[in-house]
Amino acid sequence: MTDPTQTSVAASRRADRRPRVRPRGVSVVGVIGELLITAGVLVMLFLGWQLWWNDAIMASEQSNAASEISRDWIEQERRSRDEQEPATEAEPNESAAVPGAIDHGEPIVAAAPGNADAFAVLYVPRFGADYRRTVAEGTGFDVLNSTRLGIGHYPNTQMPGEVGNFAVAAHRSAYGGGMHLINELQLNDAIYVQTADGYYTYRYRDMEYVSPSTVEVIAPVPNAPDAEAVDRIITLTSCNPLYSTAERIIAYGVFESWQPTSAGAPTDLAPIIAAQAAG
Amino acid sequence: MYLALWRVLPGPLWLRILCALLLLLGALYALATWVFPWVDTLVNNQEATVGGP
Repeated sequence: MTDPTQTSVAASRRADRRPRVRPRGVSVVGVIGELLITAGVLVMLFLGWQLWWNDAIMASEQSNAASEISRDWIEQERRSRDEQEPATEAEPNESAAVPGAIDHGEPIVAAAPGNADAFAVLYVPRFGADYRRTVAEGTGFDVLNSTRLGIGHYPNTQMPGEVGNFAVAAHRSAYGGGMHLINELQLNDAIYVQTADGYYTYRYRDMEYVSPSTVEVIAPVPNAPDAEAVDRIITLTSCNPLYSTAERIIAYGVFESWQPTSAGAPTDLAPIIAAQAAG
Repeated sequence: MYLALWRVLPGPLWLRILCALLLLLGALYALATWVFPWVDTLVNNQEATVGGP
């Protein structure tokens, strides 16, 4: 490699080439041109990083964080039950095998948590069997762009299971894209909300596309701010179209049932919970 | 600019290509690890909420 003849050959080759390629050395215009091309490539790289690379990393981080919270709740519930009645406990998932057979009464409604506090995990099988995201209070970037959270609960809207509107927001693309597939929801698709208290099952009902200023969609009765709430609604909001923030896409679901953590997960959610407990 | 960089690279052609690739990968790593996350905090306009600012 350090053979002198070879380096001199290389040097002379370079010397031969130089006058041909750049007769007057490095030109200012040439450097500016290269810098501009570099800037263009950097912008494209950034967009690719933001929309796909970082999106995928954050999606996996948010998903893992949600699993952790969910497992903690289930574990906590089991430990507190073991302490109360150590020996006489039946299989925790037994009642889950007969859905609808047991009426668990009015759902527990938790108090609203502080800003950026995680209080629920959202499961939407239509978004994928491994889809889960933590819901935290507030819709600021500290929640939506967080690697642990991802879904923000609109403050002053109702809590899971409460009469009124449990309204949440998440990104459609980038930052983990919590609502990437929101447009794929179909009538009666399950939307599960797990909290420390139990599982709330909502069924997807309808979709709406609105301007970003349409706050009526998160009213206790969506689009009727003055009406008194009688139903329990879940509202998912995100951006529309994909990769744009021009509009908002709004998905509504209606409350179906509730069961406490001790009763185990709803039948269709149980395999997802079991898979997440395993890995 | 890039031609000058290419000339600065030592050794035979294969080593130069290797060096250039390593430099490129290093630049990409630095971008993804430090530069892009920082830029992201400056150009954040991905609103997903209704009635937001």
